[in-house]
Amino acid sequence: MKLNLFLLLFIIFSKFSFAVEKTVDPNLIYKNLRCLVCQGQSISDSNSDFAQTIKLVVKDLIDEGKTDEEIYTFMADKYGDWIVFKPQFNTQNSLLWILPYIVLILGGFFIFSFLKIKKRQ
Amino acid sequence: MQKIIKIIILFIFLFVIGIFYISLTRDTNYNTSSLINKETPEFKIISFDNSNFYTRDDIKKSNYTLINFWASWCAPCKIEHPILMKLSQIKNLSILGINFKDNNTQAKKFLSELGNPYDLLAKDKNGKHSVKFGIYGIPESILINKELMIIQKFVGPLSVDDYNNIIKIIEQL
Repeated sequence: MKLNLFLLLFIIFSKFSFAVEKTVDPNLIYKNLRCLVCQGQSISDSNSDFAQTIKLVVKDLIDEGKTDEEIYTFMADKYGDWIVFKPQFNTQNSLLWILPYIVLILGGFFIFSFLKIKKRQ
Repeated sequence: MQKIIKIIILFIFLFVIGIFYISLTRDTNYNTSSLINKETPEFKIISFDNSNFYTRDDIKKSNYTLINFWASWCAPCKIEHPILMKLSQIKNLSILGINFKDNNTQAKKFLSELGNPYDLLAKDKNGKHSVKFGIYGIPESILINKELMIIQKFVGPLSVDDYNNIIKIIEQL
């Protein structure tokens, strides 16, 4: 009985520890990197020489223990933000990230005011 | 209330027009200008004859270094070669040639036929080193000073204008 309980706890906690450990999926990174010498293709879709080289470098960076964010930062550092399909938050593109939320809040406020006035009338 | 609506509509209209204006007048050609004024990345690249490795310390020896990525299979590399030959005669400038994804025999043949402008010659068999320098096609050249700062990046074959530009930068010394 004690052994069963121990085994159960071991399985639960080992699973938990695996879940916490974040694995880096190279294919996901390839999909989020733009092939700079192709027409609208990602590194994942392209068989170009450039894409093959980037794939090799991404694999090396993963082997070095770099996280996906670190890999995107590395690539953006070398080739500019254009290489990443999902741009990272910085001062230059802050408006791009913040604007939808501002519009959402303003829109909500606008609808709320509009309905309130209409109700009064 | 109607006045507010009108102002909001006008604001949205102007915003959309502004976005279109910025997007349509923006230069969409990819360039690596973001690398200029940044420090040269750390590297350890094998020499062409496999005898030793080159690092950033080798660049420090000269006042200016031009790192040139080339290959024998690259037609524009042949076009820029006379410019590199002219640049090789300039004092204070050392040229590090990085032979990119090439066949050794073909590369040697290329240099014996057209001349060897390189003070240091290395090779990047699988192209991994090129990524460190933000290279996405060859030929590409990077001008670096003694402090290891990237001064200029030339995408595509070096032209006479690029040659004059390099001379101008070196003469400022």
